Amino acid sequence: MERRSLLASILIHTAALLLTVVIVAPVFWLFVMSISPAADLVARPLNWWPSAMDFSRYATLLSSIPNSAGANFVASLVNSVLVAGMATLAAIALAVPAGWAVSRTPAISWSLSLVIATYMLPPVALAVPLYMALASFGLLNSVFGLALVYLTILAPFTTWLMKSGFDGIPREIEQAAMMDGASLFATLRIITLPLAMPIVATSALFAFLLAWDEFFYALLFTSDQRARTLTVAIAELAGGRVSDYGLIATAGVLAALPPVLVGLIMQRALISGLTSGGVKG
Amino acid sequence: MSSTWMTTRAWLLMLPLLIIMTAVIGWPMIDTVRLSFTDAKLVGTGGAFVGFDNYVKMLSSSNFQRALFATTWFAVISVTAEMVIGVLAALLLSQQFYGRAVLRALLILPWALPTVVNATLWRLIYNPEYGALNSALTQIGLLDSYRSWLGEPGTAMTALIVADCWKNFPLVALIALAALQAVPRDITAASLVDGAGPFARFRFVILPYLAGPLMVALVLRTIEAFKVFDIIWVMTRGGPANSTRTLSILVYQEAFSFQRAGSGASLALVVTLIVTVLAVGYGMLVRRTAGSAT
Repeated sequence: MERRSLLASILIHTAALLLTVVIVAPVFWLFVMSISPAADLVARPLNWWPSAMDFSRYATLLSSIPNSAGANFVASLVNSVLVAGMATLAAIALAVPAGWAVSRTPAISWSLSLVIATYMLPPVALAVPLYMALASFGLLNSVFGLALVYLTILAPFTTWLMKSGFDGIPREIEQAAMMDGASLFATLRIITLPLAMPIVATSALFAFLLAWDEFFYALLFTSDQRARTLTVAIAELAGGRVSDYGLIATAGVLAALPPVLVGLIMQRALISGLTSGGVKG
Repeated sequence: MSSTWMTTRAWLLMLPLLIIMTAVIGWPMIDTVRLSFTDAKLVGTGGAFVGFDNYVKMLSSSNFQRALFATTWFAVISVTAEMVIGVLAALLLSQQFYGRAVLRALLILPWALPTVVNATLWRLIYNPEYGALNSALTQIGLLDSYRSWLGEPGTAMTALIVADCWKNFPLVALIALAALQAVPRDITAASLVDGAGPFARFRFVILPYLAGPLMVALVLRTIEAFKVFDIIWVMTRGGPANSTRTLSILVYQEAFSFQRAGSGASLALVVTLIVTVLAVGYGMLVRRTAGSAT
């Protein structure tokens, strides 16, 4: 084993402390802003610690009094959940059969490579025709239209995840069931799908978060409360003439909460997913 | 069971995905190509065929050249910084120290934050009148008077790059950390016995294990950086004085703000071409790195 000198140990701990501060300080500051009284946030120099804990902005944003900041925020929250939810369901419905087919039939795996290659396309390359098409079908500013567009991102991603998931389920199990006389459909339903449920759940979760994060298409294809998502609402808050910075911070905290919680809870799955993609290439 | 039937069945199961992908990716892509040769407006009638006019006009415009430069600058600097900081963080996290597990968990935090929230957060930090950066720097005595970090062409791009790095270096760190754990203990121990210093150890013992995964991270991050839109739109909208206007922002303005669908499409295709060339070039590099590492 390597033995460290006291100096090396001090250096390592200092660097670790520094890294912790770099990572935590901005996020912590966002939270502090969200609970600081408005006057603290326009002080010069700033009040780094709130003079009083003020959680009222959370209540403001989550209330649904008509025409208030809250009503706008809640509407966009609902839209985000609807769009991300619908897009995720559709993506999973497409990805499960496709992922299984590619996993069990190497002869067609090039088709998946083609689907995954679309990942590198910049969204601006698709935006104009998609805009015109949505306009002609009356799907601009609609949660359905936006969910459909989100499939451009979610479907390749979930198919890839499902394919690697099915790769981990031995096909011998399926063959054994078929040998015993089960039809393909029954085999998939009774044997394969239950085994694949954890992967389906993980893929769905990641797909949902991917849609939750999306901004570009949402900015282009939505215009008001009927379909505007959380990311667009926050960008508008940040860019507009809001006098209370704390309110912007609160909206940010609320929008960040689901992905951050999932990230912290699902760390292990997340990292193993990253590294299986990263290490094996 | 015959293999032809297996293949047919597989295609049938792929079919729904392929139909949807054709509808939302394939067809729009082809239509973008068609539009790029017309003078179509975003709203209204089809537009007339104009040949390569859009391309000629776009490629020779100073707007395009400046945006190409801004995009390249943004991508090169932020990705380089992310790779360096990410690898350093991973090397640190592979050491023993108190609270290592906690710090490793915290690494997820910036990465999990939605891009728009990250951009909003940094916009607040850089605020010219009440921002945390101004306040902190004046309090330590590094700054005499408050500055408009995002409002001055000299600092806006750097401020953006810092915000982007903060969010994305953890991804590199996580990938590098996983790769570091694959380095066999006895090899590092042996190099120590042989008297290799820390730099020689990193260069000749550890780096070969990192090269492959890091190349993948580099590819992903560079492609992402070349497509950058969200963080810039929220923080500066391409300003001040267009100093942070990247290619994606330029396409957005051309096609949607000015509603010139035709020239917007031609510009979008140029961006696509650049990203494709990058991806293919990198792909070849990855294959070579992977080949030499094993």
